[in-house]
Amino acid sequence: MSEHGVNKGKRDFLVAATSVVGGIAAGATAVPFAGSMFPSERAKAAGAPVEADISKLAPGGMQIIEWRGKPVWIVRRTQEMLDSIQKDNNLVADPKSEVPQQPAYAKNEFRSIKPDIAVLIGVCTHLGCSPQFKSADAKGDMGMEWNGGFYCPCHGSKFDLAGRVFKGVPAPINLEVPQYKFVGDNKIIIGDDTKGA
Amino acid sequence: MAAVEKHPVTGAGPLNGVLTWIDARFPLVKLWEEQWGKYVAPKNFNFWYYFGSLAAFVLVLQIVTGIFLTMNYKPDAGQAFASVEYIMRDVWGGWIIRYMHSTGASAFFIVVYLHMFRGLMYGSYRKPRELLWIFGMLIYLTLMAEAFFGYLLPWGQMSYWGAQVIVNLFGAIPFIGPDLAVWIRGDYVVSDATLNRFFAFHVIAIPLVLIGLVAAHLMALHEVGSSNPDGVEIKKQPLNPQTGLPLDGIYSHPYYTIKDSLGVVVFLIVFSIILFFLPEMGGYFLEYNNFIPADPLKTPQHIAPVWYFTPYYSILRAVPPMFNSQFPGVLAMALATLILFLLPWLDHSPVKSIRYKGPIFKSALALFVVCFVILGYLGTEPTNVWGQFGAWLGGADRSTVVARICTVLYFLFFILMPWYSKLDTCKPEPARLTW
Repeated sequence: MSEHGVNKGKRDFLVAATSVVGGIAAGATAVPFAGSMFPSERAKAAGAPVEADISKLAPGGMQIIEWRGKPVWIVRRTQEMLDSIQKDNNLVADPKSEVPQQPAYAKNEFRSIKPDIAVLIGVCTHLGCSPQFKSADAKGDMGMEWNGGFYCPCHGSKFDLAGRVFKGVPAPINLEVPQYKFVGDNKIIIGDDTKGA
Repeated sequence: MAAVEKHPVTGAGPLNGVLTWIDARFPLVKLWEEQWGKYVAPKNFNFWYYFGSLAAFVLVLQIVTGIFLTMNYKPDAGQAFASVEYIMRDVWGGWIIRYMHSTGASAFFIVVYLHMFRGLMYGSYRKPRELLWIFGMLIYLTLMAEAFFGYLLPWGQMSYWGAQVIVNLFGAIPFIGPDLAVWIRGDYVVSDATLNRFFAFHVIAIPLVLIGLVAAHLMALHEVGSSNPDGVEIKKQPLNPQTGLPLDGIYSHPYYTIKDSLGVVVFLIVFSIILFFLPEMGGYFLEYNNFIPADPLKTPQHIAPVWYFTPYYSILRAVPPMFNSQFPGVLAMALATLILFLLPWLDHSPVKSIRYKGPIFKSALALFVVCFVILGYLGTEPTNVWGQFGAWLGGADRSTVVARICTVLYFLFFILMPWYSKLDTCKPEPARLTW
């Protein structure tokens, strides 16, 4: 092909302009593909509040219910368990719950509305495993300073009975307290804390 | 433009005519000769040079068994677990195809780790093979992705919680992390949407990338030529006047065709013993908890990834959280794999092969291997496996402290390499290959 009389500047401009426009078009085409990987409308709709009946929950016992596909723990804490939470104050990383992992009404000593009823999302703040309940009797496994709480089997994170994370474990922050409210003494709504009828 | 007249193909007996016809239309003979038939390789390949061809063999095995598994597997959270049991119990030959695939996954990592260790020993990553090494590293990362996506498919407890942990690794990235994790899962938790897309990645997207990278790896190898246990470049040698090849070079075919065939035979003996007698390999190849269907509400007592991920998993566990974030651990884990990419530029030794390297490099490599194995072992066990130290060390888990030391040594092997590889007292490389 003859190069005679070719306007090189114009040719380079056309090549650049075509490349840029073509690149933008290709990039825009990626949007529906990437977008299709976000949660579908059906998945988004599956997050409604759930109701838990705690009338049969014994002192010191734990009940697990599912909310948004995650385990929510409800623990009826005994006086001994509440004492153990106070004993852990120096061992936990965030004793006063400064990191907003709870609604304002649960930002207190026991991280709950009523001291004896704990409501926690049972998902480790490290990488999302579900920790296990270990009573104060498990000192053999958990070390002499263990006063009872939750132990994550995946990476060894430890939480006390208020869901506060211990110092020096992989999890960085306390377990999350979901939005919840009591309807009567024995019924809890999880995922909804609006007042009124 | 007139086609260039080619010489007729000779030496293929009754196929000469057919090959001549094809060769006039497609560079078949040229491809064969460049990529294998007339590829000149050093004459002194030893045991460690089996693992490249074995990796290619296992890749084919995984693709073939995988195709047949997809014929009966159902990528649906409600049916996946049962469909795997169906394959194991009701499909004719299903059990052996599935065990070939699950054993093949571990075998793939065994041969790839040995292949990479060969590279470390003999300096196979050194100039001019930097890009060859990078293609290899990309294959390794892609293989890890392939294994991870595949591990969710049986939808057992380990599948589920392993995926939960690994997807949340991305969730730890500052700012974009939580949204990124939701985007990867397609839901707020690992669910049917996650399983369905992981199936798509596992059976088509990642294998296509893998095959492309393997082709690039082989083309780069056949372009620059193979290294060897002496680390001496045969291309710099004078040519043998009788054969026209470098003095220490031989054709891959038939010499290494025969050698690698022996490798495949021995590999298949070992593979079959595992396949028929130890398909679970004591819980290391198929974890016991994965025989329990996935339960989103209950993490198993002890979860660990499959053995080939455990060194990195240990590094993740060993790094404590900083600034109210677990990201430093995730970053350390990512860097532990990515730092391998830099190897060609970290090694400043005047020689390539460990045969001529001095005591410092040999000790460093030995220490690195020991750390890698300890990290790998600890990753399969809970953090309290070795109990706790006394109060003088704050009652810390012994295994966590050991993992931290090994993590530091792992990184020092690479970070200090530019200095110790130069300081080392190396022996001179020979002019000709030895055995």
